[in-house]
Amino acid sequence: MIKHEQIEKNVGLLIVLTLLVVLWGGLLEIVPLFFQKSTTTPVEGVKPYDAVRLVGRDVYIREGCFLCHSQMIRPFRAETERYGHYSVAGEFVYDHPFQWGSKRTGPDLHRVGGRYSNEWQRAHLMNPRDVVPESNMPAFAFLANTKAKDSVGADVESKMEVMRSYANARGLPTYTDADIKGAKAAIGDMTEMDVLIAYLQGMGTALSTMKQ
Amino acid sequence: MSDFISDFWNLYVIVIVAGSILACVALLIIQSKATFTPGKTMGHVWDETLEEYNNPMPQWWSWLFVITVVFAFVYLALYPGLGNFKGVLGWTSVGQHKDEVEKVDATVKPLFNKYLAMDVKAVASDKQAMEMGKNLYLTYCMQCHGADARGAKGFPNLTDSDWLYGGEPEQIKLTLNEGRMGVMPPHAQLGADTVKDLANYVRSLSGLPSDSVRAAKGKEAFAAVGCSGCHGLDAKGMQAIGSPNLTDKVWLYGSSEAVITETINGGRQNKMPAWKEFLGEGKIHVLTAYVYGLSQGK
Ligand code: HEC
Ligand code: HEC
Ligand code: HEC
Repeated sequence: MIKHEQIEKNVGLLIVLTLLVVLWGGLLEIVPLFFQKSTTTPVEGVKPYDAVRLVGRDVYIREGCFLCHSQMIRPFRAETERYGHYSVAGEFVYDHPFQWGSKRTGPDLHRVGGRYSNEWQRAHLMNPRDVVPESNMPAFAFLANTKAKDSVGADVESKMEVMRSYANARGLPTYTDADIKGAKAAIGDMTEMDVLIAYLQGMGTALSTMKQ
Repeated sequence: MSDFISDFWNLYVIVIVAGSILACVALLIIQSKATFTPGKTMGHVWDETLEEYNNPMPQWWSWLFVITVVFAFVYLALYPGLGNFKGVLGWTSVGQHKDEVEKVDATVKPLFNKYLAMDVKAVASDKQAMEMGKNLYLTYCMQCHGADARGAKGFPNLTDSDWLYGGEPEQIKLTLNEGRMGVMPPHAQLGADTVKDLANYVRSLSGLPSDSVRAAKGKEAFAAVGCSGCHGLDAKGMQAIGSPNLTDKVWLYGSSEAVITETINGGRQNKMPAWKEFLGEGKIHVLTAYVYGLSQGK
């Protein structure tokens, strides 16, 4: 038998055994999720993000929107009344990395697609207090100053190829060569704000009842 | 049907869960048989004075472990956790949500049905209905029309008696159900001079300071270039297409010459979303009454 004195005095062994204990939970809580139909099959209507929304999503991540907004409507009446259908795992198969978030300073955004008009989204991002005087969300007006193709969109083709390799590894529908070739053209002269709004307007629409 | 892609994962989960619990039980048994030497140190010293004894765990602590193990067995019998086994209670998060919704519906549905049977104007004078309407409004509408319903630039004030699409209950209900789309085409092609005339004319209509020569030219242009086709020859607007009355003192975007010029040059596109499917008949009816009530008595 190993005495704990031996473990405590041997840092290498201590690290290995600690890791084993931590991993044990992961074996159950994480590993089986990769082998479940409900987590790996896209819900009907869920498609890979098109080039514009993919880079819009990058703006969302870069600006840290996830720090204040979740994308996870829990199956409680109080949430489904306000936001719409609860989120299901199959809606996130193309999310790398997912944006579920863990804090709601602002509302959940998972079903915000179609909920507001483009004009509202623009006015709100330019200065939230123009439309919601009580808001403490920061203004993101500067997003209108940069063309997406010069920043988040500069390497959109390689981003799409990475996403494609993920999808291929799991046998999911994904981009064609033509999609990737046309990515730059699709983004065109859109600003970072335009692509972010396109991303927001596509969010959670597979199970949404809001008319686009 | 199993959610796992193969039965292996069912066994995998069961073996690890059951194995872990049994390992805990084994540890408890081994520990209960261990020999202790109370009062004697184990012989090594840390940090100069820290010594270690070989005492048994406090009884209450061992009992906590036993309770945890028993809890695990009961939990796994009642709730899903052992692979494909659904648990005796048949609990799912989706089912729990459904029960919760049905329970609230049972009390709320009759209320909505009562209001649905009433005329919008009658609902608008029902105190409880108006409280419900206010809550609905603050959940779904305040982001655009404001918490006080006084609107914002581009989003109409709902508390005045000035309506783009009409303030009768039927018109409000149609707005909520189907949404609205206000489109004013851009007119920059008229040239800066004509646009300035038009802007001055528009300002003169509601008595704002304007250049009277330009306003007179603007008046002619208003009919000649087709503004009147949408806003009417008298510029009083048309509710059928949501073109605003330009002669009152109520502005959707603003009354300054700069903003009016911006509207004429660039046009405007504005959308009120459709709520029929999302909210359903009952909530729409109460909201219609709430919005109707906002501008009454003013
Ligand atoms: C400091 C926290 C904070 C950050 C960061 C933040 N928001 Fe917000 N957001 C809020 C708050 C609070 C509200 C609610 C008030 C309002 O509507 O402005 C809100 C509201 C919203 C809404 C309206 C949601 C609804 O259903 O009413 C959208 C859309 C939104 N934010 C998008 C974004 C995007 C996109 C970003 C990143 C560019 C972002 N937010 C960053 C706090 C934040
Ligand atoms: C995305 C922002 C947005 C949201 C959310 C929204 N509205 Fe609107 N609403 C508008 C806009 C914009 C207009 C004006 C449309 C136009 O100019 O053609 C409008 C018009 C209206 C009108 C017609 C006003 C008139 O003068 O005829 C009513 C009534 C109305 N909204 C009520 C509501 C109610 C009730 C809700 C909540 C269920 C709501 N709105 C939610 C943006 C919104
Ligand atoms: C196709 C129909 C159409 C034509 C033609 C048209 N308008 Fe409009 N106009 C509208 C609508 C609809 C709106 C409201 C837009 C909205 O809902 O946001 C509007 C809004 C406006 C506003 C803003 C009012 C406010 O309260 O802020 C002004 C000013 C205006 N129009 C002036 C003009 C002038 C001047 C012309 C001629 C050059 C013109 N319009 C031609 C449909 C039209």
